[in-house]
Amino acid sequence: MLLEIEHVNKSYWDDKQQVHFPVFSDVMISINENQFVSILGPSGCGKSTLLSMIAGLEETTEGTIKLNREPISGPGPDRGMVFQQPSLLPWLNVKENILFPIKKRFKKKEAEEQAAYFLQLVQLDKFQHHYIHELSGGMQQRVAIARALAMNPKILLMDEPFAALDEQTRENLQDKLLAIWQKKKKTILFVTHSIKEALILSDRVIVMGTNPGRIISDVNINLSRPRKREDEQIIILEKKIRKLLKNEVNKALKDVWSNEFQNA
Amino acid sequence: MNFKMLSKQLLFLVFFITIWQLVYSIGIFEAIVFPSPKNVAFALYNGFSSGDFLIALGASFKHLLLGITTALFIGTVIGLILGKSKVANETAGMYLIGMQSIPSIVWVPLAIMLFGFTESSVVFVVVLGGTFVMALQVRSAIQNISPQLVRAAKTMGVNGIELFYRVEIPAGMPHYITGIRLAWAFSWRALMAGELLSNGPGLGYSLRYAQDYARMDQVIAIIIVIGVIGATVDHGIFSKIERNVMKRWGLLKQ
Repeated sequence: MLLEIEHVNKSYWDDKQQVHFPVFSDVMISINENQFVSILGPSGCGKSTLLSMIAGLEETTEGTIKLNREPISGPGPDRGMVFQQPSLLPWLNVKENILFPIKKRFKKKEAEEQAAYFLQLVQLDKFQHHYIHELSGGMQQRVAIARALAMNPKILLMDEPFAALDEQTRENLQDKLLAIWQKKKKTILFVTHSIKEALILSDRVIVMGTNPGRIISDVNINLSRPRKREDEQIIILEKKIRKLLKNEVNKALKDVWSNEFQNA
Repeated sequence: MNFKMLSKQLLFLVFFITIWQLVYSIGIFEAIVFPSPKNVAFALYNGFSSGDFLIALGASFKHLLLGITTALFIGTVIGLILGKSKVANETAGMYLIGMQSIPSIVWVPLAIMLFGFTESSVVFVVVLGGTFVMALQVRSAIQNISPQLVRAAKTMGVNGIELFYRVEIPAGMPHYITGIRLAWAFSWRALMAGELLSNGPGLGYSLRYAQDYARMDQVIAIIIVIGVIGATVDHGIFSKIERNVMKRWGLLKQ
């Protein structure tokens, strides 16, 4: 097992209402090496929080997360993270951004080679001297992916990386990501709220429900690649998961309404 | 700057000087308080060719450089402390805004009491003129660093002092440049206030000296020099640097 999430709880202290507000409780997930795993769920289920905890940016309230049997105690370059916002450094050009995490840890020549390789992999070698504001959103996200991969992390964490892009760019980047994954055989943990995206990309989809956040289903997708978005089996699975999530969304909405009603 | 813009600006100058000459010719004011454009031009020429203006300018720039370097240094330190420490900001942040709102000429009596009619008192006023605006900018530079960039850097194993100089300092660059430009603008005004009441040398002192001897042509010549320098430095140097930084940082839409 590469990643083990063991009995993890997360709650926030709500200052206004003076109560512990639970995000999720007793989450257990194990992830094998070289797998492409998606965590799918409606907003508010805590899927991004879970990813932040794996990245070491947030602490667990209870439970441990282990990477290669070592408990995670903070952020580190063994876990590459790609956020919904590209989060690139605007004062550096594309190549310098990719060099940013590795130039202090690798020898100069090694770092240069690594950057050049990943620039080519995301097909941005022609843009290596461009600044970030000169790139489109999709290109920026490709730089972010290359930057995370260049650190040679054990696992790539992706937090709704394509959610802010238009549909054509999103599908294009999904295909590119799959090609990179098949070539590099990285372990990827991919958070999304799009059922289709999860099904097209993943070996395994973990479905989370809300209120409280928890795992409601864990589906292995044993379909051959490349997968077509209109494939019959994909559509059947999509319907199944949609039904599963519908109850959760309804529950969440009902809760919001009843809260508003109480506050009124 | 394109040719069309330049010709419009020149045309306006010609128009302005014509009106000036007209008012002079009609004789509304006495010639001694209202010099002709020609006299002012001569005063400008004489001022520079005799070297008087250059000496005064040299002295002024010495005060300014000394003052602004000190102001930038102290301002950066204050800004860093207030930006980094919430306690410090809650304690002293209000006073910083208060200090910034005090016009620098107000400090002149205090400066004279402390340092007498010396160049030190001029420098003192310049320092006070530039420090607080720089401190405010450095503070907002630190407070406005995108938390998302910091999170991203942390996932790349960058933290502590490395995070400070590889992410926080460059991220704040547009604010620092604005801070330096504003510090220059405030210090330049403070310099003139300080020198006007000093015993020289300096451009402000020359201005008062000319007034004492009722040389209105020289007074206006010096005012022109002050205006031209202010505009050149602000427009020609700082605004350009600021625009380039903003553009590269992606804060300016072309």
